[in-house]
Amino acid sequence: MAKIAVQFTLNGSERAEFVESGSTLLSVLRDKMGDTSPKAGCRQGSCGACSVIVDGELTLACLTLAETSNGKDVRTAAGLSSGDVLHPLQRAFEEEFAAQCGFCTPGMIMAATVLLERNPNPSREDVIEAISGNICRCTGYEPIIRAVLAAARSNSVAA
Amino acid sequence: MKLAKTYFADERNDDFSEIGQPLPRTDLRGHVTGRTVYFADRTFPGMLYLKMVRSPHHHARILSIDTSEAEKHPGVVRILTAKDVPQNLYTILILIQVGPEDEHVLAEDKVRWKGEAVVAVLAETERAAQEAAAKVKVEYEVLEPVLSIEDALKPDAPIVNEHHGRNYYLYDSGECRKIRFGDVEEGFAAADHILEETYQSSPIEHAPVETTGCIVVPEANGRFTCYTNTQAMFFTLDNASIILQMPGHRLHMVGGTVGGGFGGKVDVIVEPIAILAAKLTGRPVSFIYTREEEMQISSPRAAEKIVIKDGVMRDGRIVARKVTAYVDAGAYSRHSPYGAQKAAAHFPGPYTIPNVWIDSYCVYTNRTPSSAMRGFGVTIADFALEVQMDKLARLIGMDPLEFRFINAYRDGDMKAHRQPTEGAALIECMQEASIVADWPVDERFMAMSSRVREG
Amino acid sequence: MGLTLQTCATVAEARSALKTAGSRYMGGGTLVVRAANEGDLTFSTVVRAVDPALSGVEVRDGRARIGASVTMSAILAHPELQVLAPAARAVGGPAVRNMATVGGNLFAHAPYGDFAAALLALDAVVSTEEGELPLDAFFERRDRLEGTAIVTSVAFTLPSPESFRFLKVSRVHPKGAAVLTIAADLREEAGVIASARIALGAMAAHPVRARAAEAALAGRPRTREGVADALAVALEGTDPPTDAIASAWYRREVLPVHLGRLLLS
Repeated sequence: MAKIAVQFTLNGSERAEFVESGSTLLSVLRDKMGDTSPKAGCRQGSCGACSVIVDGELTLACLTLAETSNGKDVRTAAGLSSGDVLHPLQRAFEEEFAAQCGFCTPGMIMAATVLLERNPNPSREDVIEAISGNICRCTGYEPIIRAVLAAARSNSVAA
Repeated sequence: MKLAKTYFADERNDDFSEIGQPLPRTDLRGHVTGRTVYFADRTFPGMLYLKMVRSPHHHARILSIDTSEAEKHPGVVRILTAKDVPQNLYTILILIQVGPEDEHVLAEDKVRWKGEAVVAVLAETERAAQEAAAKVKVEYEVLEPVLSIEDALKPDAPIVNEHHGRNYYLYDSGECRKIRFGDVEEGFAAADHILEETYQSSPIEHAPVETTGCIVVPEANGRFTCYTNTQAMFFTLDNASIILQMPGHRLHMVGGTVGGGFGGKVDVIVEPIAILAAKLTGRPVSFIYTREEEMQISSPRAAEKIVIKDGVMRDGRIVARKVTAYVDAGAYSRHSPYGAQKAAAHFPGPYTIPNVWIDSYCVYTNRTPSSAMRGFGVTIADFALEVQMDKLARLIGMDPLEFRFINAYRDGDMKAHRQPTEGAALIECMQEASIVADWPVDERFMAMSSRVREG
Repeated sequence: MGLTLQTCATVAEARSALKTAGSRYMGGGTLVVRAANEGDLTFSTVVRAVDPALSGVEVRDGRARIGASVTMSAILAHPELQVLAPAARAVGGPAVRNMATVGGNLFAHAPYGDFAAALLALDAVVSTEEGELPLDAFFERRDRLEGTAIVTSVAFTLPSPESFRFLKVSRVHPKGAAVLTIAADLREEAGVIASARIALGAMAAHPVRARAAEAALAGRPRTREGVADALAVALEGTDPPTDAIASAWYRREVLPVHLGRLLLS
């Protein structure tokens, strides 16, 4: 099976791999590049656990063929903190107890990241809409919504 | 959060350093940074993918299995059928003497539910495994399916599971778990009103975001490391040991963070066949349910049917309660005989009733085997009981909360299954609920205690 | 055989690539990659076209032409397409909307295809390599066109915000697959409904027009009594599926209720 090259920036670093042509971005990130922060929950685009950010847009890595990400800027939850310094969203998710099993958390944080990058002062409705493609089966939506709103507030205090 | 410390103040010791204090969860840092390791967050060189060929029928005899075309498919490494499994017949709870063994790891003579595992295909890629699985030819003779509790218990119903020989589980107490307390007929005769109602529920899928699965690595020392998201590590270890006829010390089960369980990951389904595959190929094996498999194949909560007949007095006392409960196990026992038994012990609910009769059946049908889920045997029972309580209160024109105060169990009361009530606290819970829900009740109920009966 | 992605610069190139057996055209990927992930073995090559013509939006003299590769997010962001925003927003969560295309939505099977229902209510015309085709005729032939035809654009007359109504009923809020979707374009004159186009999603394998209900609305006032006859015949021509979201029975029961609410809102 012929392999093709995929090359993109992953959390600020240039990465390249030879992969099978039809590989999804999710499998390349997880199996080839060792970034397992995006999760395979459904591989149908229904759960949002694989959410990453490609060129600033919230993207389902499970439905994206890796080749279409060539030359782009890919960000994942694993790249959000710098060393021990957490991103305000990560800190807020901790403080608000916004994770139970944790499986949806990286995708949830990616969806919230895109929201806050575009809308630093979201309403509760904005937050609900922004995370509406991400399923938390532990049903921890209220703490998650609180965490995103808290992160927005802490950002505006910092700024 | 508020701790209501006025209740049981004389029993309390508030001098704790940890209890009552908020603590950060130790796993949160991993969750928010995406560094928590789940079983599937691993790859190994040469890892094979296992894909299951499943029954398209609810109930059918297997006439033949032809894997010859599938074996020739590019990328296929090995194909497993029933004859490859050392001890193919098992049941999870045999570990605590709840038999008989009634389920096959891979189907042998019959399939008993739509989705039952028949043939396992191992290939270099997931796609190759899917393609080869499509080439496995299984010839079936379709049999009449039994798809409801009612049909299963008809005298001429087809037998779902020959290992039981009848469409219900045979307890040492007979055709069902039974509780007899007082004289229920005498109670009905004395009652002012009788109310008999039937309650039913459908199967419920746990739907964890992380699907069921495992990755098995054969180690150089002859052991097999099995990375799994099971919620039942020792059930899995011991049943795998039996199925594989392999001493437990060769099985190194590695658990860890589970991406949602809710009771749906206590069956022993993926690990034994994946370990066998790793043994027979000498290569790491990944067997992970697709979303569709998680929804269709993994055990749901059982469908239940519950008939409750109550005798109640005009003053609010329930004087007799008869419950006939049916738990739909699906085609195999798994944890359902235990669930039906737990239901029997849970009835008649948290109420003290002098005359109680309980029959709780575990019924076999050609439906997806059901198993554990959050309070199985109890949750649907409580739904039925509490709806019944509301209906009874309405029947005698009483406030539903006050009606529950009258019947609430108290410390020292003998429960129907002959376990004295201890630490009930139901009265106090309802008193606090009455306050916070702004649902006032008569002051005599607010003066009650679960520790002593008034008067 | 693994899955291969073939990227074509033009629609013509993609069209010829699709002549190879086992190839399937991909719009945004929410249907095709999903199918591949779930083990659909009917195709082994995925063909996509990156032709910029497919991503254009043109609004002129009250008529809109939307390229097949235009995403739901792009429609939401387009100032001249805001009348369609409720329909575009009904499709998935933000990540799905970043991928899901107008062309792809036409091929979505129930319970998906909310945007296609809106287009049907607008009497849209579909452009494929075979020329232009009214959307209802396209749906009649969709099974044959699936995976082989390339939709290049859809065109329709933009409705006024007052005349266009859209409702998606789902069990999970704010996002869930459709129990049913209703899109309606109602023109009112002198206190009565002059003309109505009503499209129903998830009431058949593809969106369908509620033509009997449309006819029953003509000349009637938009009152409870005025719409009663339309509600009585709302189910004509439907064949709702039974799926994980709802049974056919349930969809039939609730359609008149929701249609009534939409018409009277």
